[in-house]
Amino acid sequence: MSLQLDFPAVLERWPSFVAGAVLTLELAAFATVLGALLGTLAAVGRGAHNALIAGACKAYVETIRNTPLLVQIFLVYFGLASLGLKFSAFTVAVAALTINVGAYTAEIMRAGFEAIPRGQIEAAEGLALSRLQIYWHIILLPAIEKVYPALTSQFVLLMLASSVCSQISAEELTAVANYIQSDTYRAFETYIIVAVLYVILSLVMRAGFWGLGLVLFPRRRRLGTPL
Amino acid sequence: MGGHLNINHLMFLGQGALWTIGLSLVALIGGGIVGFVIALARISPLKSVRIASAVYVQLIQGTPLLVILFLGYFGLAAIGLKVSPLAAAGASLTLYVAAYLGEIWRGCIQSVPKPQWEAAEGLALSRTQRMTKVILPQAIRIATPPTVGFMVQIIKNTSLASVVGFVELMRSGQIVNNSLFEPFAIYAIIAVTYFAMCYPLSLFSQRLEQRMGRGRSNLAPA
Repeated sequence: MSLQLDFPAVLERWPSFVAGAVLTLELAAFATVLGALLGTLAAVGRGAHNALIAGACKAYVETIRNTPLLVQIFLVYFGLASLGLKFSAFTVAVAALTINVGAYTAEIMRAGFEAIPRGQIEAAEGLALSRLQIYWHIILLPAIEKVYPALTSQFVLLMLASSVCSQISAEELTAVANYIQSDTYRAFETYIIVAVLYVILSLVMRAGFWGLGLVLFPRRRRLGTPL
Repeated sequence: MGGHLNINHLMFLGQGALWTIGLSLVALIGGGIVGFVIALARISPLKSVRIASAVYVQLIQGTPLLVILFLGYFGLAAIGLKVSPLAAAGASLTLYVAAYLGEIWRGCIQSVPKPQWEAAEGLALSRTQRMTKVILPQAIRIATPPTVGFMVQIIKNTSLASVVGFVELMRSGQIVNNSLFEPFAIYAIIAVTYFAMCYPLSLFSQRLEQRMGRGRSNLAPA
């Protein structure tokens, strides 16, 4: 049997593909923002003097980083259900992705915090800055600036990983593809189109983060390249 | 439905765990071989080879593994090959792992200090000799910690092979769950099993990194 591809039959569903891609970007955007906050808190917590807080943050990061996202999604999905809480699949997906990317963000942010020279903090103390001011101006913002390329590629990976959410029938690009291929019996063509769309989405995200980096960190010379 | 988790279920899960390890090894070895070729191609003196390998890496790294698995599963069927889920999952994971390992190893090869390359050239070693006798032995040392770290990613990523019907740990968990319907307990057991496989590797990778005195931890995909 030779390979016969029929793209028009699948491409006529383009409005569904576009809608799926938009949903994937939405899912990724929610999880990125919430995960960045959670991860930063966890990174701060890991450096806490209170051993309980530091230990809890470490346990969170190590547990998440050493188990598959698919298992985490199922645990959140069924865990919430067994508590009698009913949420939409999309909400569960955002929650699971947030918990997941939070752990990776925490590791990256910790590296950023560790890269802040001790002398800078001492200098800030010498200038009588408040603890909050030191945390914001001397530690947090410069740390984000240092790890910005690593952070953004983690967020692009998160967008790609969000395809796993199709397994709890959250609506996004891969779920749309699963539906279209079962409807048209054109599985190979469908997934080729979806793969191309994901490549485009990741290029768009990288270009977006690169542009954002230029705006946020004007003094930064070397940014992660968009490609 | 009904019934309780018994020894047979656990045996079944254990078998799944063995298949997870087996598939991980297939992906590591297959991906390692292809990835090594990619790493060399990325630094090839031929521009066309460099560009082709860079495009390959960009395409794979811009596509979710889940979609690559579907492509492998349906694609091999579409060209008329009857393949088992193991072969489809193994082939897809090989392509996926190769793109990441290739990039990791390219970085390691290129981080061998420049004078080493120049000295080898000055000693009139051929390009092959320079690679095999001077550069690679040093690059392997640098590459060990990130490679061990990436093995954690491979093990976690094999869980996605469950969606193309390969009965590894995740899929066997789903099967057991279909008969017992105690999802939270079963997926918790699955999570603990994955953790038990991955955490020692993570620790080992960290130890290796500390021994090498470079503090880069594995920041690879989910």
